[in-house]
Amino acid sequence: MLPMLNLVILYFLFALSIFILPKAIKSQKGILIAFLQMAAFVWFVFKVPLVSANNSELLFLKWIPELGLNFEFLLDGLSLAFALLVTGVGVLVFLYAHSYMKSYDNTAKFFFFLLLFSGAMLGLVLSANLIQLFIFWELTTVLSFFLISFFNEKELARKAAFQSLVITFLGGLSLLAGIIVIGSAVDSYSINDWVAGADKIKSSSSYVPGLILILIGVFTKSAQFPFHFWLPGAMQAPAPVSAYLHSATMVKAGVFLLARLSPALGGTDEWTFIVPLFGVITMLVGSYFAITQTDLKAILAYTTINALGVLVLLLGIDTNLSIKAAVLFLFIHAFYKASLFMIAGFIEKKTGTREINELGGLIKSFPITSAIALLALLSMAGLPPMLGFLGKELIYEAKVQSPGFGSMIFIFGFISNVLMFAVSMKVLFKVFLGKAKKTYTVSRFKNTFFVIGPAILVLISLVIGIAPNLFGKWIIEPATNVIYASPVNVELALWHGFNQVLLLSIATVVLGSMLSYILIKYNRVEVLWQKFNTTVFPVNLPELFTKTIESFVAFSVSKTKILQHGYHRYYILSIIVFTAVLLWVQLFVTKGWQFEIPFTFKPFYISGLVFIIMLATLFSVITRSRIAAILSMGVTGYGMALIFLYYSAVDLAITQILSETLIVVMFMLILQRLPTFTKLSSKATKIRDLIVSIIFGTAMTLVTLKAINVNLSSPISEFFMQNSFQKAFGENVVNVILVDFRALDTLGEATVLVIAAVGVSVLLFSKKSKS
Amino acid sequence: MNSIILQIASKYVRWLLVIFSVIILLRGHNAPGGGFIGGLLAGLSLAYKGFAFTPELLKTEMKVKPESFMGLGLMLIFISVWPGVFIKSAFMEGIWFTIPFPFTEGYKFGTPFLFDIGVFFTVIGVTVLFLFSLSNNKSWK
Amino acid sequence: MLSILVGVLYTAGVYMLLRRSILKFIIGIIFMSNATNLLVFISAGLVAGKPAFVNGATTNVSQLADPMPQALVLTAIVIGLGMAVFILALKYKYFEVTGTDDLDQLKQTDSQK
Repeated sequence: MLPMLNLVILYFLFALSIFILPKAIKSQKGILIAFLQMAAFVWFVFKVPLVSANNSELLFLKWIPELGLNFEFLLDGLSLAFALLVTGVGVLVFLYAHSYMKSYDNTAKFFFFLLLFSGAMLGLVLSANLIQLFIFWELTTVLSFFLISFFNEKELARKAAFQSLVITFLGGLSLLAGIIVIGSAVDSYSINDWVAGADKIKSSSSYVPGLILILIGVFTKSAQFPFHFWLPGAMQAPAPVSAYLHSATMVKAGVFLLARLSPALGGTDEWTFIVPLFGVITMLVGSYFAITQTDLKAILAYTTINALGVLVLLLGIDTNLSIKAAVLFLFIHAFYKASLFMIAGFIEKKTGTREINELGGLIKSFPITSAIALLALLSMAGLPPMLGFLGKELIYEAKVQSPGFGSMIFIFGFISNVLMFAVSMKVLFKVFLGKAKKTYTVSRFKNTFFVIGPAILVLISLVIGIAPNLFGKWIIEPATNVIYASPVNVELALWHGFNQVLLLSIATVVLGSMLSYILIKYNRVEVLWQKFNTTVFPVNLPELFTKTIESFVAFSVSKTKILQHGYHRYYILSIIVFTAVLLWVQLFVTKGWQFEIPFTFKPFYISGLVFIIMLATLFSVITRSRIAAILSMGVTGYGMALIFLYYSAVDLAITQILSETLIVVMFMLILQRLPTFTKLSSKATKIRDLIVSIIFGTAMTLVTLKAINVNLSSPISEFFMQNSFQKAFGENVVNVILVDFRALDTLGEATVLVIAAVGVSVLLFSKKSKS
Repeated sequence: MNSIILQIASKYVRWLLVIFSVIILLRGHNAPGGGFIGGLLAGLSLAYKGFAFTPELLKTEMKVKPESFMGLGLMLIFISVWPGVFIKSAFMEGIWFTIPFPFTEGYKFGTPFLFDIGVFFTVIGVTVLFLFSLSNNKSWK
Repeated sequence: MLSILVGVLYTAGVYMLLRRSILKFIIGIIFMSNATNLLVFISAGLVAGKPAFVNGATTNVSQLADPMPQALVLTAIVIGLGMAVFILALKYKYFEVTGTDDLDQLKQTDSQK
C-alpha cells in the first residue's frame, strides 16, 4: 500500500518545489496546489467503498524495529474520514488562498508552509504508529507557528504564534511522555497492538498517568479548557490559515487522537469522567465568551472552541450514539466553520474591518456571499434543513441517553446550544441583514475564488442535510465502527418524528431567538455583559501566560548571571577546582592506594635535571621580569628535552628543543611591544590561587604515579614495532607511526598548524585597518 | 642585533642548517629525524637569517612565499594519501617502491615518505609565517 | 621523582593560568602542555637508552621504549607550539586594540574602554 506513503512524500516534495517554480506558473501556484489536493482527495474518495465494507489498508515499513519504531500507515474508516476532510477542505482553501494572498508578498513562503502543513496533517491522520504520529503532530505545531506568524511584522501575530507554539509544544511533550508510558505497558507503539492489548493497558498501573499525559496533549492541541486561549489569539493568522488549521484540521488533530485511542484507552471510569468534564467546560466557555465578542473572527474562534468541546464531550461519553454524533458533528463543523472563516476573511478584505458593530446589511453589496453565509450560520445554529440541524438532534439524543451524570451534561448542552443559536443569529442580523452602513462595490468576477470554497462547502452541507443517508452509510458508519470498535448501524434522517429531542430543539430556538433579539436590539446589554465578564473573570489567561513566560526568562537570566559573570579567571578557577575535586575523589575511591615505584634519586643526573627544571619553573613564576620568565620557561622546555633524550625518545627530544626555541624566539619578538608585568592581584587571591594549584598539582602527581602502574590492555605499540620494518620499511618506529600507521593524526596536525599560521598572520597583518 | 659575526656566520651556517634539515628529513624513516624535525630546523635556519639581518630583508630576498610552502606541503600530503585508495583500497595505506640508485642497493621510496616531505614543507611554511607575522614591521633592529 | 615534576609543572601552570596578565596566562598554558606531555610520556613506562629502532634482525621488541606515546607527544608538542603562537598573536592583537593586559577588563564585548 505504498501510495499512502508516496502521497505524503509527494506533498513535501511539492512544497519544496514551490520555490523553484517558473515565473509564469508561480502566480498560479494556489490553483496548482489545489489540483494536487484534488488528486489526493479523489484517491481517497475511491477508497471509500473499500473502507465502508469495514476493511482497512495497512502499510508497514521497518524503521528501527528494535525500538518498536516503524512506519505504519493505516487507512480505515476513521483515517479516511479525516483524510477526506484534510484534502477536500484543502482543495477549497487553496483556491481561496490563491485569491486571498494575491496582495501580499512572500506568498511562496505561505504556500510552502501551508502545503507542508497539509502533508503533515495527512501523515498524522494516516499514522498507525504513535511515535510516527507524534512526529507529524509536532510538525503541524511548528508549521502552524509559521503560519500564524505569517504577518510577522505585527507584534500581536508574533505573540499569538509564540503562545500557541509554547502551549501546543508543552502538550506535545506531555503526549510523547504519555505515549511512552502506555507504550511500555504493552511494549509496542503500534495502535493495533494497543487496541489488541486494551485490557492489559487498562489494568496496568501506568494507565492513569499515561492517560492524563496523553489527554493533556490532546487538550492543548484541540484548545480545550484551560488551554483554550491560544485559539482566539491564533486568529492573527491569514484567513485561509484560520479556515484550514483552526476549523477543519489542526485543532481536530486532538479529536482525531482521542478517537483513535478510544478503543484502546476508552470506556473506563477515568475516561468517562475526565474527558466529558473538560469537554463540557470547554463547550460552555466557548459559547459563553462567543456571545460577547464583537470581532468576527474572535466569535468564530470561540464558537470553534465550543465545537471542539462538544466533540471531546461526545467522544468522552463513549456510547455508540455519542460517537456517531461526534463523527457527524466533525464534518458539520468543518463545513460551516471553514466557510464562515473564508467569508470572514473575504469581508475583512473588502470592507477593511472585522468589527460586527461597524458592519451591516452586507447582503446588498454581496448578495451571493451573504446567502452562503446565511446557510452556514443556519447550520451553525442547528436549524433545518442544514446538516447542522441533524447533528444537533443527534447530539441531543446522545446527551439524553448518556449514562453517568447525563442530566448535568444535558442541561449544560442545552445552555450552550441556546448561546450558539443566539450567536449565529446575532452575526446574521448584525452583519448580513439589517441596515447597510455602507455600500461596497466590487466587480463580481474577481470574487469567484473567494466564493467558490464556502459555496461548495455549504452546498454539501445542505445536500447532505436533506438526504443524509448515503453519507451516513459510506463515511460516518465506518469511522464510528473504528472508534467504537464494534459495528454500529448509522441511519440518518432529517425528520426524526415528533419526539422529546424535537421539543428540545424548538425550546433552543425560542430561547436563542429571545436572547439574540435582546442583544441586537439593546446594545447596552452587550456592553454591560462585557463589563460583567471582565469583573467576574479578572484572570486574563493570555496575559497570565505571558507573565509566566517572562518570569521564567527573568529567573534563568538571574541564574545565568551567577555562572556567566564575565571573569575569565573565575571560569578557569571553577573548572580547575572541580577537576581537582573529581581527581581526588577518584584517587580515594580507586583501590590500591599504595604506589609501587619507590621514591628514588637514581640516576642522580636525572634527579639533578629535574631539580633544575623545578627551580626554573618556580623562578619563571616568581620573577617580575618578563624576559627572565620566558627564558626560564625555555629552560624548563630544554630540560624536558633532555629527559626525553635520556629515556629513549630521540625524536621527541629534538622536536622539543626546536619548538621550544621557536616559542622563545616568538615570545622575544613580540615582547618588546607589550607592557611589562603589572601587579594586578592582591596577596589574598595569590594565596588562594596557590592553594588551588598545589591541590591540583599534587593530584596530578598521584595520578601520574597511578598511571605508571596501571596497564589496562596490551599496548598497540608491539604491533607497530613488529610491523614497522616488515610492512612499512622503516627502522624508526616513531616516525613510521607518524607518517604511516597513524598518518591521519599527522594530517590533522599539519592542518592545525596551517590554520594557526593563517590565523596569526591574519591577526597581525590586518592591524592597520583597525584600532 | 647588528652583529657582524652573526651576519657572516649566518651565510654559512644557514646553508648548513638547510642541508642538515634535508638530511634529517631523508633519514627520518630509519633514524631519528623526519618531517617535523627537518621542517622546524629549516624554518629556524630562515629565522636565523632574520635575526642576523632583518626580517624585511629576508622577506624581500625570499623568492617563495611561506604560504606557498604551506600550500606545497599540504598538496604533497594530499597527493600521498590517494595511491593507497586506488591501489590497495585503503585510505592512506603506504605504497612502496624502490628507486634504483647507483652504488647502493636502491633507495626505497613510498607514499609515507611523500607524506613526510609534505609535512616538512608545511612546517617550514608555518614557521616562517609565524616569524613574519610576529616580527611584522617596526621596532625590529 | 618525575611524577613530582609533573605535579610542580601543573601547579605552576595552574597558578599562572589564574593570573590576570595574559602573558602569564600563556606561560601557564605552555607549562600545562609540557606537564601533560610529560605525564603521557611517563605513564607509558620509562626505558632508558633503548630507543625504538628496529630492523629485520630485531626480535625482542618488548624491551625497547614504547614508541606510541612518543609519537603522540611529538604531535602534541607541535600542536602546542602552534597554539602558543596563536594565543600570543591574539594577545598582541587585543593589546593593540584595547591597550590593556588585564583579563578582567575584557568583560565587555563593546569597544568602549
